[in-house]
Amino acid sequence: MDKRKEFVHPYIPNSVPQVKARMLKEIGVESIEELYEDIPESLRFKGKMNIPQALGSEYDLKRHVEQILAKNRSCSKNISFLGGGCWRHYVPAICDEINHRSEFLTAYAGEPYEDHGRFQSLFEYQSLMAELLDVDVVNVPTYDWCQAASTAMRMAERITGRSEILVVDTVNPDRLSAIRNYCTPVLTVTTLKHDEQTGMIDLDDLKAKMSANVAGVYFENPSYLGIIESQGQAISDIVHSNGALSVVGVDPICLGLLTPPSGYGADITCGDIQSLGLHMYYGGALGGFIATRDEEKFVMEYPSRLFGITKTAVEGEYGFGDVAYDRTSFGVREKGKEFVGTAAALWGITAGVYLSLMGPKGMTELGRHILQKSQYAMAMLSKLKGVKVPRFESSHFKEFVVDFSQTGKTVEQINKALLDENIFGGHDLGGLSKELDNCALYCVTEMHTKADIDKLVTVLSKCLG
Amino acid sequence: MKNNKAKVRNFHQAKWDEEIIFELDTPGECGMLTPQIEPEIEQLVGDGISTLPQNMKRVRPPELPEVSQMRVLKHFLRLSQQCLGADFNIDIGQGTCTVKYNPKINEVLAGNENASQIHPLQDQSTVQGALEIMYKLESFLKEISGMDRFSLQPSSGSAAIFTMASIIQAYHKSRGQAEQRDEIITTIFSHPSDAAAAAVKGYKVITLYQNEDGLPDAEALKKVVSNRTAGLLITNPEDTGIFNPRIVEFTRIVHQAGGLCGYDQANANGILGITRAKEADFDLCFFNLHKTFGAPHGCGGPGSGSLGVNKKLMEFLPVPVVGFDSEKYFLDYNLPNTIGKTRSFYGAFPVILKAYAWIMSLGADGLTEAANVAVLNNNYLLEKIKKIKGAAAPYAKGRHRIEQVRYSWEPLFADTGITTEEVTFRLADFGFHLWSSHHPFVVPQPFTIEPTESYSKDELDEYLAGLEHVVREAYEDPEKLKGAPYNSVVHKIDHSTLDDPKKWAITWRSYLKKHKCTD
Repeated sequence: MDKRKEFVHPYIPNSVPQVKARMLKEIGVESIEELYEDIPESLRFKGKMNIPQALGSEYDLKRHVEQILAKNRSCSKNISFLGGGCWRHYVPAICDEINHRSEFLTAYAGEPYEDHGRFQSLFEYQSLMAELLDVDVVNVPTYDWCQAASTAMRMAERITGRSEILVVDTVNPDRLSAIRNYCTPVLTVTTLKHDEQTGMIDLDDLKAKMSANVAGVYFENPSYLGIIESQGQAISDIVHSNGALSVVGVDPICLGLLTPPSGYGADITCGDIQSLGLHMYYGGALGGFIATRDEEKFVMEYPSRLFGITKTAVEGEYGFGDVAYDRTSFGVREKGKEFVGTAAALWGITAGVYLSLMGPKGMTELGRHILQKSQYAMAMLSKLKGVKVPRFESSHFKEFVVDFSQTGKTVEQINKALLDENIFGGHDLGGLSKELDNCALYCVTEMHTKADIDKLVTVLSKCLG
Repeated sequence: MKNNKAKVRNFHQAKWDEEIIFELDTPGECGMLTPQIEPEIEQLVGDGISTLPQNMKRVRPPELPEVSQMRVLKHFLRLSQQCLGADFNIDIGQGTCTVKYNPKINEVLAGNENASQIHPLQDQSTVQGALEIMYKLESFLKEISGMDRFSLQPSSGSAAIFTMASIIQAYHKSRGQAEQRDEIITTIFSHPSDAAAAAVKGYKVITLYQNEDGLPDAEALKKVVSNRTAGLLITNPEDTGIFNPRIVEFTRIVHQAGGLCGYDQANANGILGITRAKEADFDLCFFNLHKTFGAPHGCGGPGSGSLGVNKKLMEFLPVPVVGFDSEKYFLDYNLPNTIGKTRSFYGAFPVILKAYAWIMSLGADGLTEAANVAVLNNNYLLEKIKKIKGAAAPYAKGRHRIEQVRYSWEPLFADTGITTEEVTFRLADFGFHLWSSHHPFVVPQPFTIEPTESYSKDELDEYLAGLEHVVREAYEDPEKLKGAPYNSVVHKIDHSTLDDPKKWAITWRSYLKKHKCTD
């Protein structure tokens, strides 16, 4: 703790007493207290905030925070097989470089003149994502996938005028929870079942629950459990023949390899950009995208900002600005579509850098690498006694469910044993449903070496006996 | 009293005339090589692709540009130079945004691998450091606000407002009154999201306009509360920088009608340690960590909106919150009537970490000092700007403000025909931002300045000198302003295409389809 009585803080230049005094004189008051005249005595906080006194030097602050962080165990020093909405992918050095640029880090709401670079880099993000998703419109990022999916549901409601949505029960549980809250009280949320063998959508259940009251159907592909849904077009056809919208969520890292949702009838695509050059940050670095065709009836329903490219007074110069600004709450408050504000812009810029570096070949090769690596892991794990992997008989991308229920050990016991060997085992799915009791969600990316996977298998083999 | 150090800079922004990334495409170039799959793996599983359902194999690779690594770097570095961050300019012209110094040490701390390389689903014993930081930040915010429990989950201020509206609705639902109470009251000088987020929850929004003091009127409030009132969402001080001294009457009126009171504390920077949500009798409040608490704005995120509630609303908070059982920290999902999730996982952790470090650096007295100096800086500017011919500070005549002021160029406009927008564009020629106001423009020709505590008196004087210079130009040579900016990144932008569905181009591919001939 800094015991110096009156010190000028480096972050507060005008805390220098002489400067303060001079400024007060120029204002014409005796003390700063006079400037607070409008706050009545009765509202003044008279106590002391129980917050530590200033740590003082930057060195002290650094040591203090680093000591706390040292209580964590990171995925750099342990082998992690965790996924489920946050994934460990390689972050190119240039992504960090641009992400840390002061100009981008500390800019905010300037005009498309002095902040032209912000507009262009976000326009490029929108454009690069559009190629990946094979669409013509992508928004300036919203908070995360939960928000993107929730807004997509409300967009479907506004476009169709209907009051029910169908959501497959294999979407990420966070998503379902967020959608339920976001749609109350305007939309009813009904869940759709999955096929118990394949983990894909139960088409009969979809047909049974579809009606003229349904605004949209939402599913994720790959699903929360890593399963590749191959019936996408059939689903979209059923949805469209009932006048509803097909809404699909996707983790874009797979799209160098897999057909994007627009390729099987999706009207709205949503997802998260976390895989595209963002570190995991304890699940704290997320950005949601919403993508559609360039049709007025869709564009006008976005709550987000949409940056458009245009001309300037000088031939050949590109300018940027907001498309249909009066669509937003910035333009017309509660008459706008939902609401908009600070969200995830810097992550969007970073994802744009990632896609620019990776290019088409990089994304395709990465997709294939992840596919092969996860298949290798599944093949090796399936040799273990009592282990059923993958739990569902389908194609998978990156993630898969491992069923330990025939091993005589719980996922909790297994993960404890793995932890002792510096391995973070797959997430325990037990809380979700009876079907997934003693199952774990494993994630394998390009950051796992063969040796990492072999070590997992060795340790599990020892643990399972 | 002229400050000779306050020069009007002969500024020119970096201008690269840089292409759109797609224009840099050179087939065959590549920016990154991906790791090669181990040969033993390929031998065992083959190419992997043959196991994919045929219709899920992407037919055409994505048409991303192919660009070598150094050129990608150069491209984005050039774009960054064409962006005016607070680290570069005297960023006091973004009123309501609280653009203060974002300490670089906090960036270093967030880059620590024990912050950036941890996964949210790790065993909680392996993330005690992360949970400790979240728990302690919550404890600081409880002290600052007087609220009983915080969720750090909402992603931003607007997200926190939406969460407040959700909790208010859940509360009334638990008492069987959700259908009856379908109205939310807010004010025109509170953030647009206070109105818009409530509307998402199906609320009818009633907006109070200002009286001649620039404040919402308690009498007007009494006329609109009823047994249909679910709650009040309000900022104080509002975007005018004027503190409503009758705020306790407001919360009492709403409580008497059976509603809840939510405090939008986006404008907290001038009142830290001075007045609290609790004593004003609010049930909910939130703070913007990326404004008041020194985390960077990042061009518009990531941010974080920390939401506090009193005891009776704790059970509705989004899950999980962070608990401490006297030995270890844990993620607590045990809130019986939680509204569920508003975001995946627990919150914008790097933003939370930076806010924690900012508070620890300043300490309790430092927070109040920051507030005091922000208010000092603001009133210093008010005193000087009032004296600029062409400028006005409407409402609260002769009174001070808290941390920002909503000004008006109305006299300038009447004298010269120059608009607030034209002043803003010309200020860009001197390396300055100036923001007008949220819509609608209740104050005509508005501009809003919030200096925060981060800039020195010399810097404030420099900004003033810039304002005075541009205003003088407006009187002497208004045509000069009409063609501005001249020293910025681009020239006058043609916005006409952006509202026309046939012409707008939100992506490069759309631009090519609509505006360029393709071979």
